[in-house]
Amino acid sequence: MKTPLQFRLNGEEIATFVDGGANLLDVLRESVGDLSVKGGCWQGTCGTCTVLVDGAPRLSCVTLAESCAGTSIESASGLRRGADLHPLQIAFMAHFAAQCGYCTPGMLMAAKALLDHNHNPSREDVVDAICGNICRCTGYEPIIAAILDAARVGRRGT
Amino acid sequence: MTITVKTFARLADAAAALSTERGARFLGGGTLVMRAVNETDPAIETIVRSTDPSLRHIAISSARVQLGAGLTMAALLAERELAFLHPVARVIGGPAVRTAATVGGNLFAQSPYGDFAAALLALDATTTLAGGFGQREVALEELLVRRDQGVSLVSSVAFRRPTTRTFRFVKVTRVHPKGVSVLSIAAQLPLMSGRVNGARIAYAAMGRTPVRARAAERALEGRPLDAATVAPAIAVAGEGTAPIDDAMASAWWRRQILPVHLRRLLLGDGQG
Repeated sequence: MKTPLQFRLNGEEIATFVDGGANLLDVLRESVGDLSVKGGCWQGTCGTCTVLVDGAPRLSCVTLAESCAGTSIESASGLRRGADLHPLQIAFMAHFAAQCGYCTPGMLMAAKALLDHNHNPSREDVVDAICGNICRCTGYEPIIAAILDAARVGRRGT
Repeated sequence: MTITVKTFARLADAAAALSTERGARFLGGGTLVMRAVNETDPAIETIVRSTDPSLRHIAISSARVQLGAGLTMAALLAERELAFLHPVARVIGGPAVRTAATVGGNLFAQSPYGDFAAALLALDATTTLAGGFGQREVALEELLVRRDQGVSLVSSVAFRRPTTRTFRFVKVTRVHPKGVSVLSIAAQLPLMSGRVNGARIAYAAMGRTPVRARAAERALEGRPLDAATVAPAIAVAGEGTAPIDDAMASAWWRRQILPVHLRRLLLGDGQG
């Protein structure tokens, strides 16, 4: 039996129907069509499915979709504003922080969760922010450098 | 298989549904139950949830701490009065896990998970169970023994607030800064006139559930915490444990390193 579900995704009102026990990842990808959210493990282990639910990072693969009724969800597809990329996206490009790119949406959202609350993170803060996100090809150093750079850009307000 | 999701405003109603609905599992943050759902665990036919605010209630006095079972690790980290628990909550996964993983869920996490449960075991926590019978208290140690036999819904945990610097915790992992436990050790080490008085030590990932280190506790009793006097406790560190082999470590390796990390914890000379 399908259950009606409403939430906001990147500022847009979404109304859909979900199966009992459906996880948020599958709903975002298959029902809503937001393919920026990637599925890696479906075990809450790899972090590539990270989205923000009411500003807090959540692993969408182990989040019951129905528990998100009435919430505001942010995914990587909502980062840019028109043609303007988010400072994190620009920094990831500048630092070559994506190779295969599969972990990138989750990394971006984990980083956004950090920078939304901490405009001047230390390297340790950044490492902690992405410690639940697995990258198996880029390597973590360019990703850490990109996030620190995006924070610097954010502080300059450019 | 079709799964039914039932959400209740009152915890008592959720507890009743857990005992009457077919194949019912209670959903806290989702890190355990949704993983099982994704793996199409046929035992799960009904997901029971509750929005009862009591599940997220924190009550702290000078003597006692009570934590709603639905509190997340992130919520604990936001509470300054619970600073002694922050080293434990901080190592339960990354930020996206900590916003979901709950106190209650950790009590039911299979080895090698359950670091927070080990901390609560060292703190001599009691659990409050909600059920058709109303509410009743059960020692965490007793709950852990029979947790896989189907128990009632845990609504909260409570323990005596530890005095300054008596509570210690270390998590040993192969992946840094954070990874799944090779093992973790929690210890409450009250001192009276410089000697241990009423030690409680608990391990995670050293058995099917978090376990007390009773032999080590006995060996410490009445002794000061120095290199010579902790030696008897270190010698019996592994008594009563039955660690598992998994991708993190073999049972053999866990037995080998347990005394090393227990010694460091007792002497306060480094983290695992």
